Amino acid sequence: MAGSNNNLDAKALQITPPRWLLAELTYACPLQCPYCSNPVDYAKYPSELSTDDWKRVLSEARKMGAVQLGFSGGEPLTRKDLVELVQHARELGYYSNLITSGYGLTEEKIVQLKEAGLDHIQVSIQASTQELNDHIAGTTSFNHKKEVAHLVKKHGYPMVLCVVIHRENIHQMPQILEMAEELGADYLELANTQYYGWAHTNRDLLLPTKEQFEQAEQIAQAFKEKVAGKMKIYYVVPDFYEDRPKACMNGWGTTFLTIAPDGVALPCHSARDLPGLDCPNVNDYSIQEIWHESKAFNFFRGFEWMKGPCRSCDEKEKDFGGCRCQAYLLTGDMYMADPVCSKSPEHAVIQHAIDSAKVAASLTSDEKPLVFRNSKNSKAKSLVDGKGV
Amino acid sequence: MTINPDLPILFSPLHRLQWEEAQQKYVILYPEGMVELNQSSAEILKCCDGIRNLAQIVTTLEETFSTTGLTNDITAFLEVALQNGWIQQ
Ligand code: SF4
Ligand code: SF4
Repeated sequence: MAGSNNNLDAKALQITPPRWLLAELTYACPLQCPYCSNPVDYAKYPSELSTDDWKRVLSEARKMGAVQLGFSGGEPLTRKDLVELVQHARELGYYSNLITSGYGLTEEKIVQLKEAGLDHIQVSIQASTQELNDHIAGTTSFNHKKEVAHLVKKHGYPMVLCVVIHRENIHQMPQILEMAEELGADYLELANTQYYGWAHTNRDLLLPTKEQFEQAEQIAQAFKEKVAGKMKIYYVVPDFYEDRPKACMNGWGTTFLTIAPDGVALPCHSARDLPGLDCPNVNDYSIQEIWHESKAFNFFRGFEWMKGPCRSCDEKEKDFGGCRCQAYLLTGDMYMADPVCSKSPEHAVIQHAIDSAKVAASLTSDEKPLVFRNSKNSKAKSLVDGKGV
Repeated sequence: MTINPDLPILFSPLHRLQWEEAQQKYVILYPEGMVELNQSSAEILKCCDGIRNLAQIVTTLEETFSTTGLTNDITAFLEVALQNGWIQQ
């Protein structure tokens, strides 16, 4: 494959096989969450892989050692071949997870998916009240989601509830936890918003204050102890209030493989936004070639690409310099240390973001409206880029 | 949480125990996670069929591996497994 970079030639890196495959089946979604991690210009990529292409991708990745599989999107339920793909995944020995808003999920479908071999279903709920849930989702969906959560349990799946936390719902933390308990969740993912994609666009309106974070975290921590042994809590930290970045993707090109709806293979689901990576498409290359030889997957493998302060930092094996997409979005330089890091010369941009969110908090929704994730807004965003749709 | 010696032990239906060819080892799979197992842990978990209790599991494994004195090791591992939700009683 053309274009492998010096990283590999300079130093024989040991390439570990992918373990997690995220199959973004489609960008179509009936919901409009303003923190959606899909690219803001997703309207530019309307094509979708065929059933046979997806089956080949699953087979090839499995052969290399991928075992955890997420079917996501958009809303994966909008794909008519979902049951067929789940069945194929089961035959290959994947542990498969449906990451869904629950929208359009019927009892019949839940049974069909179970019979096809789906291992678990992760239902996202936007808030603990109907009013706020439906407002954030941009769609009337609250009661149906709760019903879906019951059905998921009833049919013997481990029930994973996911709530994305941000300024509009963080005050509901106690009620969200209560709701999870009431619904009998086996796992609760409390995902503080990560500011990529649409969340980056809406950051001023979504980023809570430090006090709000700390209070919510305390409540979640106490709850975690209370339900130990009954419910597992995954708490995704809000990295804007940390002094070290997260170990993004467990290291670039080491563990995670995302395939976008149009077949573009991504080392991280936001990598589409990084310039010059030339992310390869599964229509042109095998997963084996993509993983081992492509420019994109080798780009930030290892440590050779780093510059100061990461290059000489004794913590680089711990966090790999943080998130490349965050470095790019906030500093304009994708080789820079993640600005969350207090050692980064650009660390001040984090405080600016926090201050800017504080100012926005005092504005009315007319003065500063949320930008919902839908085709109309995405097309507008694509045009702003100057690249057209 | 401790193992009740009288009750049968069952591998959790919310987890999956599986041989991974690529890794040449057994793993436990569950939502968002995977644990790699060494040979002996995998052998113990394979005996958790919802029929055998602790003493019966020990007997089976001691017979299979023609050895004795496994009680403490097996009990210790099963307690960890119970705490992690990999097995149920
Ligand atoms: S975050 Fe919301 S809008 Fe985005 S894909 Fe998921 S449900 Fe749809
Ligand atoms: S300087 Fe770079 S490698 Fe060191 S802790 Fe900060 S982000 Fe991590």
